[in-house]
Amino acid sequence: MTEFKRKPVTDIGIDKTLESIDEDRIKKAIDKVLKGEASARLKTFVTTCVRCGMCSTSCHHYLSHNNDPTYAPAAKVKQTIWDILKKDGKVSKDDIKKYARIAFSECNLCRRCVQFCPFGIDIAYLIGLARRICCLIGAVPQYIQDQALSHMQTTNMLWFRQDEWLDTVQWLEDELRAEIKNARIPLGKKNAEILYLAHGLEAKYMTGLLTNMAKIMIVAGVDWTMPDCDGWDYTNKSFYAQDSETMGMVVRRHYEVAFKLNVKRIVMGECGHAFRTGVYEGVRLLGWKEEPIPYIHGVQFFYELIKERKIKIAKKIEEPVTVQDPCNIVRYRGMGDMIRYIINETCANFIDINPNYEYNYCCSAGGGMIDAGPPWKMARIEGGKVKAEQIKDTGAKIVIAPCHTCHKGIEDLNVYYKLGVHVKFLTDIIAEVMEIPEEMRA
Amino acid sequence: MEQFFKDPSIYTLVRGPLVWLAFIVFFIGMFYRIWITIKLAKKEKVIYPYLSLKYTLRSIIHWLTPYGSISMRKHPWFTMITYIFHVCVILTPIFISGHIELWYDSWKISWWSIPQDLADAMTLIVIFCLILLLIRRIVQSDVRFLTEKGDYLAIALVAAPFITGFLAHYELLLDYKLMLTIHMITGEIMLISIPFTRLSHMFFFWLTRAHTGSEFGAVRHSKDY
Repeated sequence: MTEFKRKPVTDIGIDKTLESIDEDRIKKAIDKVLKGEASARLKTFVTTCVRCGMCSTSCHHYLSHNNDPTYAPAAKVKQTIWDILKKDGKVSKDDIKKYARIAFSECNLCRRCVQFCPFGIDIAYLIGLARRICCLIGAVPQYIQDQALSHMQTTNMLWFRQDEWLDTVQWLEDELRAEIKNARIPLGKKNAEILYLAHGLEAKYMTGLLTNMAKIMIVAGVDWTMPDCDGWDYTNKSFYAQDSETMGMVVRRHYEVAFKLNVKRIVMGECGHAFRTGVYEGVRLLGWKEEPIPYIHGVQFFYELIKERKIKIAKKIEEPVTVQDPCNIVRYRGMGDMIRYIINETCANFIDINPNYEYNYCCSAGGGMIDAGPPWKMARIEGGKVKAEQIKDTGAKIVIAPCHTCHKGIEDLNVYYKLGVHVKFLTDIIAEVMEIPEEMRA
Repeated sequence: MEQFFKDPSIYTLVRGPLVWLAFIVFFIGMFYRIWITIKLAKKEKVIYPYLSLKYTLRSIIHWLTPYGSISMRKHPWFTMITYIFHVCVILTPIFISGHIELWYDSWKISWWSIPQDLADAMTLIVIFCLILLLIRRIVQSDVRFLTEKGDYLAIALVAAPFITGFLAHYELLLDYKLMLTIHMITGEIMLISIPFTRLSHMFFFWLTRAHTGSEFGAVRHSKDY
């Protein structure tokens, strides 16, 4: 008899919260989500699943855990949503603990299973409902809660105040001038072509990415600006908790800044889930059918720059290179061809990954799993076994991962599974191989 | 119907009024469930605005073609068994001459029928496939973990009319009229239960594929197969 057996994990975000609430509150949250917010999709998906098991081998968690039935996508729904429905919402605190564990640390919401289901049941939507219930109760991994709260207060993930943001940009400009003459990172420039949004970490720990992007913008002669106020960080971590209210608020702030500065397009860096919030998930919540002005991912932006010869490549990278097709921009927006175009223009020795494009396996860190922090690290390392094998099979030395989560997730897999690879962003690769005209150099 | 009033018996009850009941409940149940689903779907703002006929058809065509999706290619035996099973389970009741004779008897309508040998083969294939699916459900660990009473019930509901139909036609095991009556009852039970059990997947398939096909094709620009 297969059982749900797991090593105990302590996460105060879930454990302490459950101590301070009661079953009534839990039932209220469940009723609000399952009877108030959800309707047709929930009912239809739950009824239509014929328990055929075709989704099992699509899931990297199922495969990485040696085909443990409790990790299969339909099994995850069975142990959360079907269980809640069977108990008519009268669930215990231990039940919530189990649902939170499954929804936040055993499913990346990558939707590879949806491709394998004969009915196209959106399993990620159902797991998302479980997350939403946990969010309303407050039983969410502590690290995600912290970032979601940060977004509520500052619209960025690191509790950055507005003056800290301005300070940071100014010293980054300063440092960049050692390489590029008169380098500027324009802030709040009206009527610029492009409003660029960065990842929160790029203002604190990964500043090299922001300066590399600035370098690319300057060399390509792009008329760009960044926000001079809240709204410069696209990360939207509240999305992971299914906190749609905050998620919508952050996306609205991006568009408000864009409208205020009267820019033609918004361009963001290399991230996965944030792109989706800006291009349809958050947009729909705000009442638009599609994004009101073009919201472009870094991959598409680089594709245009290289295709239009605004960036020329000085020397290609010789080492063998492979690619990570991030779920959120390939399965969720079809950018696989653009990524490969850029890689082929900048790298001489590209070995494609298999399976690829929208059939690629999730890095196992996405959907908030890496943001759930240290208590859940082993969950994503274990789930990433098939990803590690996939990369090893290519024999490449460099993995290009145009998504912050995939980047860090694969770096951790690299250490644990000893893959011997370096993981790189397209921003870094392009900044490394692009031609910088003599007159621009400092 | 009139037969039952002229000569009330279990047989004429099952042959007349219960057939009416079974088909009425089947059609009304099915249309009601579809109507309710569509009404609720209008409330969820992410479904209607994005529905696309082109991507719905693309999705459905790939999933109705043998091995048209990556999932089917990854499960070649299961795909073969369920594909053949579905073809036989749908076509046999419609084109078997025994049924067409009854339609002619009641409504003076008839249509082309399959040769009896083929009908027998298809019936046995359905029963054989159901046995294989049952074994798979018990033996394969990931499927077993998901299985509940409703899944065994669905298999039994479909198996019963096919087994009893075959036994009745060849007058095996029980007296002909008795087996025939049992066959008709099991058929009626199956029809009545379709809208209210797992068997409803036969009409929900088209709706869920429309949503997922449109979502993957029109919004996500990728394949849901």
